[in-house]
Amino acid sequence: MFLIHCPYCGEREQSEFKAGGEAHIVRPKQPTELSDDQWAEYLFMRKNIKGVQFERWVHTHGCRKWFNMVRDTSNDEIKAIYKMGEKPPTKYK
Amino acid sequence: MTNNLRVKSSKFIDETYKISFKFNNKTYYGYKGDTLASALLANNIHLVGRSFKYHRPRGIMTAGSEEPNAIVQLHKNTSRTEPNVRATEIEIYEGLEASSQNCWPSVNFDIGGINNFLSPVLPAGFYYKTFMWPASFWEKYEYFIRKSAGLGKSPTEPDPDIYEHKYIHCDVLVIGAGISGIIAAKTSAKNGFKTLLLDEKPHLGGSTIYQNSEYFKINNQISSSWLEKEINEIKKIDNLEIKTRTSVAAFHGYNFLLARENLTDHLPLHQRDGKVRHRLLKIRAKKVISATGSLERPLVFDNNDRPGILLSSAIEKYSNLFGVACGQKNIIFTNNDSAYETAISLFQKGIKIEAIIDNRENVDSKLVKEIEKNNIKIYKGYTVVNTFGYKRINKISIMQLSKDGQKVVGSKISIDCDCLGMSGGWTPAVHLFTQSGGKLKFRDEDQVFIPDTYPSDQISIGSCNGEFTLDEILSSISKKLKDFLNIKKTEYENLEIQSHFNKTKRNIWLLPSDKIIGKTKPFVDYQNDATAKDIKLALREGFRSIEHVKRYTTTGMGTDQGKLGNMHALGIISETAGSKMGELGTTTFRPPYTPLTFGTIVGRNVGEYFDVFRKTPIHDWHVENKAKFENVGQWKRAWFYPKKNESMHEAVQRESKAARDSAGILDASTLGKIDIKGTDASEFLNRVYTNAWSKLDIGKCRYGLMLNEDGMVYDDGVTTRLDENHYIMTTTTGGAATVLGKLEDYLQTEWPELDVYLTSVTDHYATISVCGPNSKKIISKVIPNLDLSDEKFPHMSFKNTKIDKVKCRVMRISFTGEQSYEINVQANYGKSVWKKCMEAGKEFNITPYGTETMHLLRAEKGFIIVGQDTDATMTPIDLQMDWIVSKKKYDFIGKRSLYRSDTIREDRKQLIGLVTENPKEVLEEGAQIVLDASKSPVEMLGHVTSSYYSPNLEKSIALGVVKGGKNMIGQKLIIPMENKQINVTITDPVFLDKENKRLNA
Ligand SMILES: [Zn+2]
Repeated sequence: MFLIHCPYCGEREQSEFKAGGEAHIVRPKQPTELSDDQWAEYLFMRKNIKGVQFERWVHTHGCRKWFNMVRDTSNDEIKAIYKMGEKPPTKYK
Repeated sequence: MTNNLRVKSSKFIDETYKISFKFNNKTYYGYKGDTLASALLANNIHLVGRSFKYHRPRGIMTAGSEEPNAIVQLHKNTSRTEPNVRATEIEIYEGLEASSQNCWPSVNFDIGGINNFLSPVLPAGFYYKTFMWPASFWEKYEYFIRKSAGLGKSPTEPDPDIYEHKYIHCDVLVIGAGISGIIAAKTSAKNGFKTLLLDEKPHLGGSTIYQNSEYFKINNQISSSWLEKEINEIKKIDNLEIKTRTSVAAFHGYNFLLARENLTDHLPLHQRDGKVRHRLLKIRAKKVISATGSLERPLVFDNNDRPGILLSSAIEKYSNLFGVACGQKNIIFTNNDSAYETAISLFQKGIKIEAIIDNRENVDSKLVKEIEKNNIKIYKGYTVVNTFGYKRINKISIMQLSKDGQKVVGSKISIDCDCLGMSGGWTPAVHLFTQSGGKLKFRDEDQVFIPDTYPSDQISIGSCNGEFTLDEILSSISKKLKDFLNIKKTEYENLEIQSHFNKTKRNIWLLPSDKIIGKTKPFVDYQNDATAKDIKLALREGFRSIEHVKRYTTTGMGTDQGKLGNMHALGIISETAGSKMGELGTTTFRPPYTPLTFGTIVGRNVGEYFDVFRKTPIHDWHVENKAKFENVGQWKRAWFYPKKNESMHEAVQRESKAARDSAGILDASTLGKIDIKGTDASEFLNRVYTNAWSKLDIGKCRYGLMLNEDGMVYDDGVTTRLDENHYIMTTTTGGAATVLGKLEDYLQTEWPELDVYLTSVTDHYATISVCGPNSKKIISKVIPNLDLSDEKFPHMSFKNTKIDKVKCRVMRISFTGEQSYEINVQANYGKSVWKKCMEAGKEFNITPYGTETMHLLRAEKGFIIVGQDTDATMTPIDLQMDWIVSKKKYDFIGKRSLYRSDTIREDRKQLIGLVTENPKEVLEEGAQIVLDASKSPVEMLGHVTSSYYSPNLEKSIALGVVKGGKNMIGQKLIIPMENKQINVTITDPVFLDKENKRLNA
């Protein structure tokens, strides 16, 4: 079970958190302008990387804040955690 | 029977404390300190069980948790009886009752033993090959297979014991209290680290503590005496917590470990009442030191499984620690020096050794010389080719190994014995290390896997790290601890070590025999009866991956997880397939390292705490009034209120009729309630609901439908505008938590610019809904100064008011189609307001109704229930709810998906009403709907989602979804059931009061 450093509360058990899928997928500002394919790209297409992955997490049983995490899915090492709206650390891209 | 096999007394056994116990209904005696295994051996009992597949007689093989054979059923009573208990691990107590498993009618005469003679027809994969075809026959085979397979009995009564969970946080966790663990724990604690030391045994010191040989000395003291002093010292250290009888079950990532502390299993039953039996420790350690030791390997040769054949180290432990001789005519069979320690310790106690069989040709260490000096015959370069004796070994035959070790040569020699100790070298116990994500490397010299890369802040020391001899361990431990703990020095820098161990080993995974492989039974996995032959067969049939061979042969799949035999399986695979051991990898070691009881896992979450439920503030009233309850999420909701002998159907019919004829009352407190505030609250609602919200007047209510981004209906409910920037949203009972989560997600991640605050207030309010033509009269009695006129308080509006001095909100909204009022009041006043309504409604026969009647009433009106009439594939268009989807709004969650090529298909399943040809016939929910049942394959057009007998319409009604159903009004369809076909006609889903007259009646 991970120890996750919530950017608002500090280090907590994984059981207090929920994973929310891939990070940095921005909801299109003008969905009506999009073709079916473009909308489907936003709606359905997600990466499933073995290695370094950018994810969304939420501190469900804590402050209920969403934040981003950079995690290596092959060994569960958490490389970085940063708040919503902050730029992802470039060195893992 | 007497303990005639007790040898020189051991300080770990209290011979003044005699304990009687029963094994297979016979009474025996042992001493305090004995395990069941040691006590049985002292009574000259080796045969304790039968093997799983062939039902071969099996005896005690080890002295630890790796035991594959000596597995017993413990306790007779039906609440405490426990299967699969290892006799080597259970400490005896007064009144212990154990019996053999996996044999019928008794261990001495076992009907399943016939499988042993049938074994040529029971090869690897036999079950898969034979019984899985035809698939439909498996059910029939299974009964007989399960019955003869045994595997013990589960308790049938509730567990009387108490279990609990505990969190522990420490700086350094040391797993294993052998010599390495003791040194590590002492060093860590003395340097100020909060340290926890765990060991699965009742005593500290591992195997060194009973090592009484002059050949192993530390600072000129016998190693056990040296270690004893260390143990006495660590017991005095403040910041060191020591837990014995505590086995680590799992080592997860981020140094999170689970361990089971066993607190009462060694006590007589009458001393256990009221005490915690097992405690599951959830440990977070900053650093972990694994000192888990190593397991001795058996040797793989023909009939290597007879009772009386033990690991050599187990024989030594039984003699040194428990003071028990496993046999009177012992033979040791080895490929390395460690078995000579056993031989010397037996010899020193006067236990007879007939011979030593050593695979190696050239052996001349001090230990070997000591044996030779005492005229014990060593057969160098020999191997055992067979053993004899059905229920107990009585003879072995040996032959000389060829130079390459691939064959046997020369003539056979027979030697009588009653006990054979075998040693195939040692396997580091790396199970926990690999569970944590650690990667292993293979060391060719002695054919062992040892830790290579660590995924977290941890190290392995001692024999679990492949350091098998005293000098190897002690010469490196100091530096390792200094580096790991980042300290300057330790007390163990200049130890003077005497160790006479020669490290040479002749490793032959499958020892050769004079017979061909098909004619021999060299067991690799004792518990699952997998032999070397099975593994070779799997390879011949094309299996290559170790994981596949494991599943096909069931090697390593028993309760012991193949702790003894996995290495041999790997060795045989690599030799046969010509691959390298290191490249083959190992199978995955999964938690738990040793089995856990369900009680330990569940802890205190039993009975009413197993799955805690939520009660509304009016719950007690429902109980007092004999309501039947239904689970809705975590909630207990009143389902219906049967009077006297009423059936559910009768009660629901009565309640439904009363609600429409006069008045009904429903506890709706479980509906999710989210308080929404902020200057952008209206804009936010515009974005999350399909309909428009900006123009909703203050004091008005509106029904809203929420979609997922994929356009499918997610939740619904009525939201009320309390003030300019203040709304209260209601959600479905089951959706409350996820709706809040979803709204928060959008607010925080997509629209952080919106000024909106969300608060869950579900538990803060009790919600009482009074409906029916007399509801207005009842509410006017409860709240006399509230103007209930349709002009002042029309449908879909709300009022702040007071009942006596208690503030409340009253909404005039309806889920039944009747005129109805919903009173929301602070939760702790809920019950008294409910009673007030009941009192006021008495003259109108106010009838409490439950969720079943609520569902029936809304079905009459064609109102959907999200999750019953929808299933995450229904758009609002599919539900014929186009009216609620705003055409003007530029965007809302899910809007774009409503005109994807898939969602605009005409032939999507759409919500419709169904009436049966026979009005008395009530459809089954979930039943399939077809057009023509005679033509196969029959096309499934849809299914029934809700179905009731309506007492108000005096006919059966149903809602369903049908492909293209929207345009099929009047179409006759068929519902095929098991014994009949039901004729139905598609109708509009609204069955009652299409004009909504009753809302203002
Ligand atoms: Zn937090």
